[in-house]
Amino acid sequence: MTLRAHVVVRRGTLLVDVDLAVAPGEVLAVLGPNGAGKSTVLRVLAGLLVPDGGRVTIGDDLWDSPEQHVPAHERPLGMVFQDHLLFPHLSTTDNVAFGLRTRGVAKAQARRTADEWLQRVGLEGFGDRRPTQLSGGQAQRAALARALVGEPRLLLLDEPLSALDARTRLTVRAELRRHLAAFAGCTVLVSHDPVDAMALADRVVVVEDGRVVQEGTPAEVARTPRTDYVARLVGLSLLPGTATGTVVELDGGGRVATGEDATGPVFVAVRPGTVSLYLARPDGSPRNVWPATLVAATPHGSTVRCDLDGEVPLTADVTATAFAELGLLPGAPVWASVKASEVAVYPR
Amino acid sequence: MPLPLLVPALLGTAFLVLPLLGLLVRAPWSNLWPQLTQPAVGQALRLSLLSATLATLVSLVLGVPIAWVLARSTIRGRSVLRALVTVPLVLPPVVGGVALFLVLGRQGILGRWLYETFDYTIPFTTTAVVIAETFVAMPFLVISVEGALRAADARFEDAAATLGADRWTTFRRVTLPLVAPGVAAGAVLCWARALGEFGATITFAGNFPGTTQTMPLAVYLALQSNPEGAIVLSLVLLFVSLATLLLLRDRWLGRSAVPS
Repeated sequence: MTLRAHVVVRRGTLLVDVDLAVAPGEVLAVLGPNGAGKSTVLRVLAGLLVPDGGRVTIGDDLWDSPEQHVPAHERPLGMVFQDHLLFPHLSTTDNVAFGLRTRGVAKAQARRTADEWLQRVGLEGFGDRRPTQLSGGQAQRAALARALVGEPRLLLLDEPLSALDARTRLTVRAELRRHLAAFAGCTVLVSHDPVDAMALADRVVVVEDGRVVQEGTPAEVARTPRTDYVARLVGLSLLPGTATGTVVELDGGGRVATGEDATGPVFVAVRPGTVSLYLARPDGSPRNVWPATLVAATPHGSTVRCDLDGEVPLTADVTATAFAELGLLPGAPVWASVKASEVAVYPR
Repeated sequence: MPLPLLVPALLGTAFLVLPLLGLLVRAPWSNLWPQLTQPAVGQALRLSLLSATLATLVSLVLGVPIAWVLARSTIRGRSVLRALVTVPLVLPPVVGGVALFLVLGRQGILGRWLYETFDYTIPFTTTAVVIAETFVAMPFLVISVEGALRAADARFEDAAATLGADRWTTFRRVTLPLVAPGVAAGAVLCWARALGEFGATITFAGNFPGTTQTMPLAVYLALQSNPEGAIVLSLVLLFVSLATLLLLRDRWLGRSAVPS
């Protein structure tokens, strides 16, 4: 029952053209900035939007092709929306039972099954409440129950956690993870939050400007980002260049010494925590020392995140104490250094 | 408050309220009950209530779907449709009556066919009253319901679709309950407009006591023969209007800001 989707949609100036495949039991996260087209892809998978091209199949069933469009209500799927969208005029039980009633289950049976699901998501005894009487976390749990109650083949999650406050988000994320692990169908999760994507997904697809720019397990994507957007998300500085042995000539000028051998076009990724800052050129013989200018400094927990401009644009995380000792102001010249062994290098 | 705004506002309020106060002052309070219990009054009132209610029901059955098409469908020419549907709002009701007569009268395009096929004529019957009132009042319902539909979050309908509901089920089980307050307000407005209908009714249905003489027609007629009776009938209509306003107060008198 693998979901295979090639989605082509033109939205104004944006051409969305995305290929996806999700195996049964697998959770695929579509990660991308706002306006990248990820929600468009999800709406096509749901059958709410007729694509301009491509093909969507699940198992042997054809859902979308240039000749055919199966409307949303004929697709065995469940969808969880950002702000739950529980029907305000129905009780929580009736909300969860809704999908069973439309598919012909008798009222009493549908309500019984709905209450079982409410129990499963930790909402036992809340069935008689109206959605407005639920907290944000409870409402999102009820929405999950409503999406899963019909035992769909495809579960679509559209930013399911982004409307929740930080603490609720943590607990709901953990629960969602548990329910996704137990779910036998395909799951597609859309998010602009890397933490949600990394925590919930087996595989991540990064979409920018309507295209897939990177694909892999969460660990792979976090370790070896391929675009600035992904690098920023996972907190790395990304430097494209050309490698010869343990030296990379950067495309933007400058050179970086690496611990590993490489050849040809590569990405160099530098973790901000490994970058040290000095007021004067450091003594000794570190292989990577660059002059730079401090562009911006923002406190970030117990560290200060310093954006540097220069031949090698970097971000450095220094402790608040170290930053105070340096006495740096934006615009100040500074020396940046990083050990060759701390630099990651991988082919482009 | 600046004087150039305050003075006209007070004058305007007086202009709107004084005639109604005059009606109350001139009312023959001692003679009220005998006037009210005249068989002709009861007849006109019953006919008015019946025809306005029927016109509202017809408007609901036909108007809510029009509102849905205007607010939700993506068919082309929706703005043209909206313009056509709202023409009766700005059209003088007498013109509406003439138009209805030309189409549904015995010599009319549809009326002739009805007469020749079923030996049935519409004008000057209670049916004609209902048709005239529907023609004039339905746009109020359509506009009101369309507004409610536009204000309602259409994503609830998306959610319903992903739960297996086709568009008809979605309309019945999600959309309609969500906009029910708007539909009710539209229906009350429509009913009030139908109740006060005069021009189209007298043109298309005539003025026959018991079958087509509604309250407004009776008021107009009584004013010439029995002014006291006209005042009493007007009082009844004023009372019904105030009751309507009370029904709609949450929506119109600024209480709608409070979440229900």
